[in-house]
Amino acid sequence: MTRPEPTPSGTAFPGGWRRALEEGASRYSYAFLDESAKREIRRRILKAIALPGCQVPFGSREMPIARGWGTGGLQLTLALIGPEDVLKVIDQGCDDSVNAVNIKKFVGRVAGVRMTTDTRAATLIQTRHRIPEEKLDSGQVLIFQVPIPEPLRLVEPSERETRRMHAEADYSRMWLYLYEDIVRYGEITVGARYPVMVNGRYLMDPSPIPRWDLPRLHRAENLFLFCAGREKRIYAVPPHTDVEPLSFEDFASRVERFPGRSCSRCGAGDSFLDEVIDDARGLRSWVCSDTAFCEKRRTRNAPPAEAPGGSR
Amino acid sequence: MTPLLAVRGLTKRFGAGCGECLDRTGALRETNRCPRCGAILACREVSFDLYPGEVLGIVGESGSGKSTVVRLLHFDLEPTAGEYRLAVADAAAGGGGRNLFALSPFQRRRIRNEHMGIVYQNPRLGLRLKVSAGGNIAERLLMAGWRHVGRIRERASELLRQTEVPLARMDEPPRNFSGGMQQRVQIAKALSTRPAVLLLDEVTTGLDVSVQAKVLDLLRSLQRELGIATLVVSHDLGVIRLLTSRTIVMRHGEIIEQGLSDQILEDPQHPYTQLLVNSVL
Amino acid sequence: MSPDILLRVEDLAKRFVCHMQGGKEILGFEGVSFRLPAGAALALTGPSGAGKSSVLKCIYRSYLPGRGSIRYRTADGGDIDLARASETEVLRIRSREMGYVTQFLHALPRVPAVDVVAEPLTAAGTPPAEARMRAQALLERLGIDRALWDAYPATFSGGEKQRVNFARAVIRPPRLLLLDEPTASLDPRAMEVVVAVLSEMKARGTTMVAVFHEGSPLASLMDDGCALPAKEPQR
Repeated sequence: MTRPEPTPSGTAFPGGWRRALEEGASRYSYAFLDESAKREIRRRILKAIALPGCQVPFGSREMPIARGWGTGGLQLTLALIGPEDVLKVIDQGCDDSVNAVNIKKFVGRVAGVRMTTDTRAATLIQTRHRIPEEKLDSGQVLIFQVPIPEPLRLVEPSERETRRMHAEADYSRMWLYLYEDIVRYGEITVGARYPVMVNGRYLMDPSPIPRWDLPRLHRAENLFLFCAGREKRIYAVPPHTDVEPLSFEDFASRVERFPGRSCSRCGAGDSFLDEVIDDARGLRSWVCSDTAFCEKRRTRNAPPAEAPGGSR
Repeated sequence: MTPLLAVRGLTKRFGAGCGECLDRTGALRETNRCPRCGAILACREVSFDLYPGEVLGIVGESGSGKSTVVRLLHFDLEPTAGEYRLAVADAAAGGGGRNLFALSPFQRRRIRNEHMGIVYQNPRLGLRLKVSAGGNIAERLLMAGWRHVGRIRERASELLRQTEVPLARMDEPPRNFSGGMQQRVQIAKALSTRPAVLLLDEVTTGLDVSVQAKVLDLLRSLQRELGIATLVVSHDLGVIRLLTSRTIVMRHGEIIEQGLSDQILEDPQHPYTQLLVNSVL
Repeated sequence: MSPDILLRVEDLAKRFVCHMQGGKEILGFEGVSFRLPAGAALALTGPSGAGKSSVLKCIYRSYLPGRGSIRYRTADGGDIDLARASETEVLRIRSREMGYVTQFLHALPRVPAVDVVAEPLTAAGTPPAEARMRAQALLERLGIDRALWDAYPATFSGGEKQRVNFARAVIRPPRLLLLDEPTASLDPRAMEVVVAVLSEMKARGTTMVAVFHEGSPLASLMDDGCALPAKEPQR
């Protein structure tokens, strides 16, 4: 392990992290994390894969970004990445948000990997709150940034109690929450963070992805990894694993629908859409939440298609 | 007749114990607190059987250990020693009349949910007061694997009707209800999975006399209708007289007398039971 | 026990120990023996305070017998000592074979008279509607005012309560009926009906042990008697 030399002024990094990184990149292990940290995280990942949906605690490290800004996802990315990898980072489907760009810059600097926005080209994808529209295959790993890993936190504040509930597969409280929701509002109102059963055993928080994305977790080709840096938990959905949103026989969980709407940029009628309001004119329009998907369709269909119906 | 529920040597000690606790406590020593080490023997070497369809009373003053027995049987507490068998649970737990205390928490919880219903003195222990009355019943059904909202609500309405809770209040939380109605919802919840054993822990204590009477009448009529084997724990001999056919008298954690309920009331043998019977106002 | 004997009481005794009065012993009765063939009726006689009611209570086991035995031949041919039988066995015999009419009604509170009477039938599986009809017929016969059928017996007069109590004990005729002054507070007409009902039951084979006042018309039903001696005055 290498450590920055103490400086006479007493601050570890005069000139800030960025400068310290640039000047002293060689003083750090490859991909920022020291090797023992990587080893611990990789072991936890293996355990998480062995117990699909089960939250595995790990020693979350301090990262040069604030907790709550993707430190969990970042640690997984750094623990898994190698020089041959191609990284894509998205924030709610968008490759160009400040959060995604900052993470890309950081990983690029410490790991020197290629970056892409193309879902198909990436080997590792770190994401906040979305699953890309394009289908992933067995060579790809999707890494989620997770704010609250405990699906039962909604109904039970005590960690001790939620652990017991997981151990005994006692999920009646969550079911009761959904029942009460139906009684009160006539439907299940849980939007993002919709609880799912993994492999028929563990109740899992899929992170705040829209319900639209839930079917993609079910029996997928690729590995999904989840990590909450602040809460120090890792969990996983291995390929070909059953992932079922909790639903009643007569009140199924439903994905979001966008009846009669399509993307105003690429014309897609079968993607998850964000509502955009033009500040100047006050007009509302709808665009794909997955910007890379949208962009790919636009270039492929150039000049832009007037109507939906692009092939995927 | 084979007992539905059999308890042998049930003992619960709070505190580390010193090896002399059993000798230094009990009805003869007039205390359940070990004078040497300070441990409390809430109940000691309690053995009894409950037969199918029978209503068995446990009577005693506060501190006699009667509620501890019920909580041990409901797995709310871990016993220090003892065996506990439930005839109906054998098939689910793998047969062979196994000691339920030796099962894993997971298995015990399943057995409890499938075969036992409990009504506590304090509705806060038996109900989620902020969740609707129907939801409280639904919770047990959900635990038993029910996954159809319509059918859950059908069963909940049936139970609320049986326990005389106005159906209009099904989707209201019990914290808005009177004490008597909260007990009714607890009873409905306890009955929801058609348990083999019903445990009633001081269900009418603290209610107004007229409300007590109504709850007792309800329990009696449910008893006639359903014939569920029931354990009634009460300090009130009136409740024991009205509901039970056999009675166990406990003092300082120990069974001091047991017999037919009318015999206990008319011809009590133990000095303490005589005192109890003669103290009725 | 020979097969035609239904009940054989041997050297039965009962003592009460009053722990609240320093363990003072009170003698209920002692040395009571009799045998009763199936279908016969036996009167327990003796001076007031001789312990006649206590003997009945010991047979019913609402008193715990002291010394002696109470051998009873069950419907399925078993031979059981009621003085020592387990509570569960006693309860089974009580519910299927044994009836007990007391002077006082310990009526179930807040249950209408007709349901009090019908309950032994419904408990044995008779459909509620039919059980209520039979209960009503019996109450009618015993001269209970129709208006009272759906009222709570707790509000009834002594004679009315006694008739409800009687009706409840006999609506499902038991094999062995214990009668403790069942006609004490009845008017002559009601008494006649009770005696008529009992003699019909007897003709159909019910065995009876009865305690009643001298001069009661129940005496006409009795086949035998057992006299309890007056007790030595206690010091």
